[in-house]
Amino acid sequence: MRRRLVATMLSYAALALLALLFVAPVLLMMAGSLKPEARVLTEAGSLKAFLPGNWTLQNYRDVFARVDFARYLGNSLIITGSVVVAGLVVNSLAGYAFARLAWRGRRLLFTLTLAILVLPLEAIAVPLFYQVTWMGWRDDYLVQILPFIANAFSVYLFYTFFVDLPPELEEAARLDGAGPLRTFATIIVPNSKPVFASVAILSFLGQWGVFIWPLLVTSGERVRPLSLAIATFYTLPPLQWGDIFAFGVMMVSPILVVFLFFQRWFVRGVVATGLKG
Amino acid sequence: MRLRTLIPTGALFALPAMAGLTCFVAIPFLLAIALSLTNLHLASPLPVAFVGATQFVRLFEDPAFIRALLNSLLFAAVVVPLQTVLALALALLLNRPLLGRALFRTLFFMPVVFPLSLVSVIWILIYAPGPDGMLNGFLQFISLGHWQPRDFLHDPVLALPAIMLTSIWQGVGFQMVIVLAGLQNIPEQLYEAACLDGAGRWQRFWHITLPGLRNTLIFVMLVTTILAFRLFEQVQIMTHGGPNRATATVMFEAVQAAFSRQQVAQGAAITVVFFVVVVAVTLLQRRLSVQVPREASR
Repeated sequence: MRRRLVATMLSYAALALLALLFVAPVLLMMAGSLKPEARVLTEAGSLKAFLPGNWTLQNYRDVFARVDFARYLGNSLIITGSVVVAGLVVNSLAGYAFARLAWRGRRLLFTLTLAILVLPLEAIAVPLFYQVTWMGWRDDYLVQILPFIANAFSVYLFYTFFVDLPPELEEAARLDGAGPLRTFATIIVPNSKPVFASVAILSFLGQWGVFIWPLLVTSGERVRPLSLAIATFYTLPPLQWGDIFAFGVMMVSPILVVFLFFQRWFVRGVVATGLKG
Repeated sequence: MRLRTLIPTGALFALPAMAGLTCFVAIPFLLAIALSLTNLHLASPLPVAFVGATQFVRLFEDPAFIRALLNSLLFAAVVVPLQTVLALALALLLNRPLLGRALFRTLFFMPVVFPLSLVSVIWILIYAPGPDGMLNGFLQFISLGHWQPRDFLHDPVLALPAIMLTSIWQGVGFQMVIVLAGLQNIPEQLYEAACLDGAGRWQRFWHITLPGLRNTLIFVMLVTTILAFRLFEQVQIMTHGGPNRATATVMFEAVQAAFSRQQVAQGAAITVVFFVVVVAVTLLQRRLSVQVPREASR
């Protein structure tokens, strides 16, 4: 019994220590965003880094004065929102076709889809960049949206979920005379909320953080998303850490809020990637 | 209605996704292979010609690319085992009925939702040189003042490890959650039976936990390896490949060739090498994973 207690105490100690190390950078950012600029750098090496002291919102005002933050935020919302919503439609339809419909070419196409499953976007970023350059297609929203709607991994996640649904669901609909599209929209989709939530969250997460692609295809601020804008903001003189952190807090808050409210789905989505792998 | 008689419904349903994957994955991929066999260079007046494997030969004779490839390999060789072990340790710590378990899990997972570009910028300040830098200050505190402040990101030896640390911090929560789910899939009865047989803590870990996690861990290592090879944001933002190429990676070289130097063919060749690595790693994972059912049936 006593050994057990010691083990539990040690676990807590280890967890608490690790948790502190994990939160430190986040606290540094949050506290730094609320401090007068002069103190951000000078206090970073001591425990004062985590305490705002006399709070100020000056850094936040600076961000809005120095760059068009609202535009970047809007760009990120437009790009991420479009990719997520269109991706849910397109990829769920494909997952359904592979899992539940019989048609010629199904096997071949599914195998090909699985083959490109593991390829990260980065692997095709360079040739895709040449491709769109030759098409004269640069620096707009569509070039940041269209290539990322169809996603082999999302198709696969939908497939694994649909394949396990009981066949009675569709039979009932067919007896009612519903066609495949109506069956899908009115029977399958309402019964598959978990997989839609998981795919939505995973693609939101991936898309909100995109960096290489906008770096390659955007040239001005007009359609630049937050994830790229933070890096260019960092290089914008004068170097003011308080402003950078305020920018960071504002760019990450939407995801943190979504994350805290839908944590269960985040974890489920991540786990789905692992268990089926 | 007539369309449906021509094309089966299933094909129609799959069409948009397949069209997207064809246009934006398959064609660029084929394009990369085709371009890598030419001498296309946007800043060069030479006519475009088929040059066979010349680009690849040149690539592997180019010290800058070799350095980048070695950096990527080193990064993967250090980060993959370290991050997997840390993820396993965190998952094991959290896989017991502790008060505040959910809170800890949230905290460890939180960095995963941070965009890598933001993470990179935050960690530049953490690695700031001089005693004012957060890491320098921390190391000075725990070494009771013995630590000499270093300029981590401009130090040829420390720059890559610094990026490794940042990457592990950002990514380990993802792996932890997957391992945690894997742990919860191991049947409780196995542990009970082992306890009855008098198996100790370590024996249970070696003979039940690790074999039970085999596929999970292989998957986690596959994902981490691929993520390690796509390392880009941290390098681009924190060090720009420096100092003296100490942190240049394969992806960084590809973007440099394609974008800054306009060496189209070379950028394409690097992409093809990248592809080969990813496919090799994946095949290796498949090989290692299929053995499990055989073992289980024995």
